[in-house]
Amino acid sequence: MAIVCAQGLGKTYRVADKQPGLAGTLRHFVNRRERAIEAVRDVSFSIEPGEFVGFLGANGAGKTTTLKMLTGLIHPTSGTVEVAGCQPQRRQADFLGQITLVMGQKQQLIWDLPPLDSLRVNAAVYGIPPEESRRRIAELAEMLELGDELRRPVRKLSLGQRMKAELLAALLHRPAVLFLDEPTLGLDVNAQARVRSFLADYNRRFGATVLLTSHYMADITALCPRVLLIHEGRLFYDGGLETLTQRLAPCREVRLELHAPMGADAFASYGEVESIEGREVRLLIPRERLTEQVGRLLADHAVVDLSISDPPIEDIIGRLFHQGALA
Amino acid sequence: MRRPLLQRLAHGRRIAAVLLSSQYAYMLEYRAEIVLWALSGVLPFIMLGLWSAIDAGGGLGMSSLQLARYFLAAFVVRQFTIVWVMYTFEEDNLTGRLSPYLLQPLPLVWRYVAAHLSEQVTRLPFVVLLVGLFFLLYPAAFWWPSLSSLLLGMLATLAAFALRFLMQFTLTMVCFWSEKASALERLLYLPYLYLSGLVAPLALYPEGVRTFAFWTPFPYMVDVPARILAGETVPFGPSFAAMAAWAALFLPINLLLWRRGLRHYSAMGA
Repeated sequence: MAIVCAQGLGKTYRVADKQPGLAGTLRHFVNRRERAIEAVRDVSFSIEPGEFVGFLGANGAGKTTTLKMLTGLIHPTSGTVEVAGCQPQRRQADFLGQITLVMGQKQQLIWDLPPLDSLRVNAAVYGIPPEESRRRIAELAEMLELGDELRRPVRKLSLGQRMKAELLAALLHRPAVLFLDEPTLGLDVNAQARVRSFLADYNRRFGATVLLTSHYMADITALCPRVLLIHEGRLFYDGGLETLTQRLAPCREVRLELHAPMGADAFASYGEVESIEGREVRLLIPRERLTEQVGRLLADHAVVDLSISDPPIEDIIGRLFHQGALA
Repeated sequence: MRRPLLQRLAHGRRIAAVLLSSQYAYMLEYRAEIVLWALSGVLPFIMLGLWSAIDAGGGLGMSSLQLARYFLAAFVVRQFTIVWVMYTFEEDNLTGRLSPYLLQPLPLVWRYVAAHLSEQVTRLPFVVLLVGLFFLLYPAAFWWPSLSSLLLGMLATLAAFALRFLMQFTLTMVCFWSEKASALERLLYLPYLYLSGLVAPLALYPEGVRTFAFWTPFPYMVDVPARILAGETVPFGPSFAAMAAWAALFLPINLLLWRRGLRHYSAMGA
């Protein structure tokens, strides 16, 4: 039986519609106008217990609004939601004890006190006995590689340490459903990798269900066998990651640093030239021809440095939508 | 399934203890700011100077000693009834801090209550210091309130805080619809200032104004507890009944606005 179930979910916001400039300001003051924005439209999906699902979409696509509805923070305009057998918007204690929402760059820890103080509060709020809470803190701290940091004021922690402490605080009550909104945003590569490995470990160890949004393709590829893709408030894809990658990102991005600047014509035969700035070239090369073309590039040109990556998910989605692949 | 009453009480006690201790630790980080806030609350002393200079009390049946004791008591009451929940809530709403709190199985209001009570405890030593300084400068005004006055005064001060908190928290619900709802509180500060007894004991007001004032909740927030502490004769029963009546009016409005507000909440900044 699904632990998360959304049926025809929709959310419409009313926002002020103001023209710029003094005239616009005066008009807006005298005759305030609003317009409706459909942030989420007719979204339906379900998630089974223990699944790790990626939630992809460009900025403003409706990911965070959907997460807010799933956690009960905001009420849907239309449709129904059920999480862990409860209606989230009723905010019953039983429901709140089974979920958590982690938002990158947003914090619940008390800024001027060590994380342990906030953890004490959380343990009391969730009714975790002191001995058990100490055991859980030790266990999670070990998984997150946190030690003395828990005794230092939050404001003195690095972004990565803070994020890990936030995760600890959000998971202390051992929720069955985790909603993670950009938990690795702004972290350096090492910290991202540690958070990723922790989430995978947590999912395995406690059988928790996870719905994760991230702008980093690496988070999704490392953690999510299944992805949901949302664009302009509508769900466009629900299925395996591999199928999505082949469908949406058939190319990989190759960045070259050349010994001397060259024209775009010199690279047209390798793939699509994204940009050339001085000695730096960005190419998009189909996955199936990647090895062959990289070999050719290295043989044909004086290459100082070369890196291969997936194009940013926003670029991929944007490009495919522009090409009509999603329409 | 609901837990047995005793278990729920124990759970509530534990939450209260950790919330108060963590908030107290947090407030101690800002002790310098709290000292400045305590110092900024010396309006009753300024008013005492003004009224004493023109001997306003004498003509209206209050000796200079009674006036001094009233304003000192008003200062103390004011220090323990300062409420700022609207400003904090507004900021939490705008910055997105409200959302993680709303997702915990603890009514949000208790976090703010704990923050206020902890701030009052942090403020206490500075208030004692200022009261001591007052008696040093004006030894003739020294008095020990009787035990009954002290206990009733403390109870009235606590009730005044609860009423002021409830009233402001009810107005705070406007934050769900307006991003700058604290302007309302600034607007209400004027009637509070004049009708609460902060600028003068209500006994000095013209009869009509005084009667009107006692139809509002403001006199119960300073004048009544201050007069009890200063040893004046106060009709306890009707005063506490009036406070309870105002609370009974605000509480359902507060709960209704809270429920409606949550439906309207857009979790901005998150």
